[in-house]
Amino acid sequence: MFYREAGDFKTSYAADSQTFPIAFDRWRYYFVIAAGFGLLPFIINDYWSNAILLPFLIYAIAAIGLNILVGYCGQVSLGTGGFMAVGAYTSYKLMTAFPWLDMVSITILSGVMTAIVGVAFGLPSLRIKGFYLAVATLAAQFFLIWLFNRVPWFFNYSASGQISAPERSLFGQAVTGPAADPSAKYLFCLVFAFALAWLARNLTRGSVGRQWMAIRDMDIAAEIIGVNPLRAKLSAFAVSSFYVGIAGALFFTVYLGAAEPGTAFGIQKSFLVLFMVIIGGLGSIFGSFAGAAFMVLLPVLLTNVLTGAFGWDSALARHFEFVIVGGLIMFFLIVEPHGLARLWALAKEKLRLWPFPH
Amino acid sequence: MLDQTVTADGRTIGGVVMEMRNITLRFGGVIAIKDISFDVREGEIRAIIGPNGAGKSSMLNVMSGFYHPQEGEVWFRGEKRRPMRPYQIARQGIARTFQNIALFDGMSVLDNIMTGRLNHMKSNFLEQAIWWGKAEREEVANRAKAEEVIDFLEIQSIRKTPVGRLPYGLKKRVELARALVAEPKILLLDEPMAGMNVEEKEDMCRFILDVNDEFGTTIVLIEHDMGVVMDLSDRVVVMDYGKKIGDGVPDEVRANQEVIDAYLGVSHD
Repeated sequence: MFYREAGDFKTSYAADSQTFPIAFDRWRYYFVIAAGFGLLPFIINDYWSNAILLPFLIYAIAAIGLNILVGYCGQVSLGTGGFMAVGAYTSYKLMTAFPWLDMVSITILSGVMTAIVGVAFGLPSLRIKGFYLAVATLAAQFFLIWLFNRVPWFFNYSASGQISAPERSLFGQAVTGPAADPSAKYLFCLVFAFALAWLARNLTRGSVGRQWMAIRDMDIAAEIIGVNPLRAKLSAFAVSSFYVGIAGALFFTVYLGAAEPGTAFGIQKSFLVLFMVIIGGLGSIFGSFAGAAFMVLLPVLLTNVLTGAFGWDSALARHFEFVIVGGLIMFFLIVEPHGLARLWALAKEKLRLWPFPH
Repeated sequence: MLDQTVTADGRTIGGVVMEMRNITLRFGGVIAIKDISFDVREGEIRAIIGPNGAGKSSMLNVMSGFYHPQEGEVWFRGEKRRPMRPYQIARQGIARTFQNIALFDGMSVLDNIMTGRLNHMKSNFLEQAIWWGKAEREEVANRAKAEEVIDFLEIQSIRKTPVGRLPYGLKKRVELARALVAEPKILLLDEPMAGMNVEEKEDMCRFILDVNDEFGTTIVLIEHDMGVVMDLSDRVVVMDYGKKIGDGVPDEVRANQEVIDAYLGVSHD
């Protein structure tokens, strides 16, 4: 009943092009932000932080990054895991080489480094498209993981070949390392997720975003209109890798604490983030969050239901989870190939007229 | 520039703004355009006509920089055009529409039209990411311009509709809007009326004449409908098999024996 455009008149173009044009949406958004920053840090515990909120926020950042590349600019990438590894190893090298550097700078610098690597691997996109580009980025995935496995300099010549994050604090609160408080970790990731989502929304609503989408929808026409394809594609690769790199850095420093490239950043990770983007909705910031939530929450929910409510054996439940998650992915893609974001938009459109659809 | 003429309906036509000199375009062994020269004067409506496969669209592609001719020169606003990429040519002030609509299907009508304003938007990456000050001001200013064109072409009601959902005739109109909003010096229209019914054609003719009249835009158009061409255009180039067989005001062209032969065929006896 409150979900109405009627009577909500826009008198300027700025008001008309805002992110949440409907008052109800706007207030819900403020509410979610307020709850995220003001309420959750006080009630969070280790389980909620490690099993749900941290992976959700970090994967959401990675999904936004990949969505910029795949959903907005139309360049398929299977190298997400490799680029996350670049972020993770950059943050590791920075943390160990410059112990006085604060975590915010380290994380941002990791993103910058990944952006540079991403642009280098994005160069083939100027020549090739679609599946062929996907294979080229797949090469990036395997090459980067091989590099981090084989070159001892990257893991500081440690015997195990693993990297582990030393304890670093921000404003007197440890955010990495085993002693870090769950609420500190959560807030640290939340600030990044919020800021990056906001920046992504700004980029995609303006002329940069339109250049990306023009390249996605029809590259020849885009060029004739005045889009420089080189700049548009490489900037998409740069921004996307920046996001993915930050996600990788947070994944390693805050979430895992210790990582080994093959298992933490392997090809499965690339596919996982790609699934999030596809299920959430290509070309939608909200979709990136929705997809990340879906892929992170569903297994947790299923475990709790199968072992908790049905009393199944936990090994059986874990295997059965794969079947159910896979089936649900297929179901979603058949019912709504444009993802959760489109379902959400359709629901809102229906709600706007409810209860008088005619 | 050179001379000025005033047409019967009171429009002023200025000097030569674009000149094609001895253009030859080959695809392998196929000669698409063979040694064609013609000029376009400021403010006029210039039509290119000819039977199928005559090389009209190739000619338009040469003008918009999509094809690079093997021989010949393109002169634009008194300067010889050096080889450049299509997006650089767009920045010089040449906009075009396509024969088979080339809109961005995933974007709304408004976003499509705003994309046409790209060359007028100067804020950099960071300013846009922060969306404060310059980026927002620029967006609003360009939105105002886009709305002017939306009003002009009478597509207010569909401005937020995704382009993919529109019917053919409206898509053509949106494409014209996208080209027009760039405020081009020259507007190239590749068969703007193909596949339309009579009412839609009449609308489109009205828009083309209005654009030319109100904004003073120079228009080069390819069209098959002879009635339309003869009514709209100030001067006509006729092509056949990649060669120019006629050039002049509509009445001259209509009387040209070669043109009649090309369109009606010649008896070989």
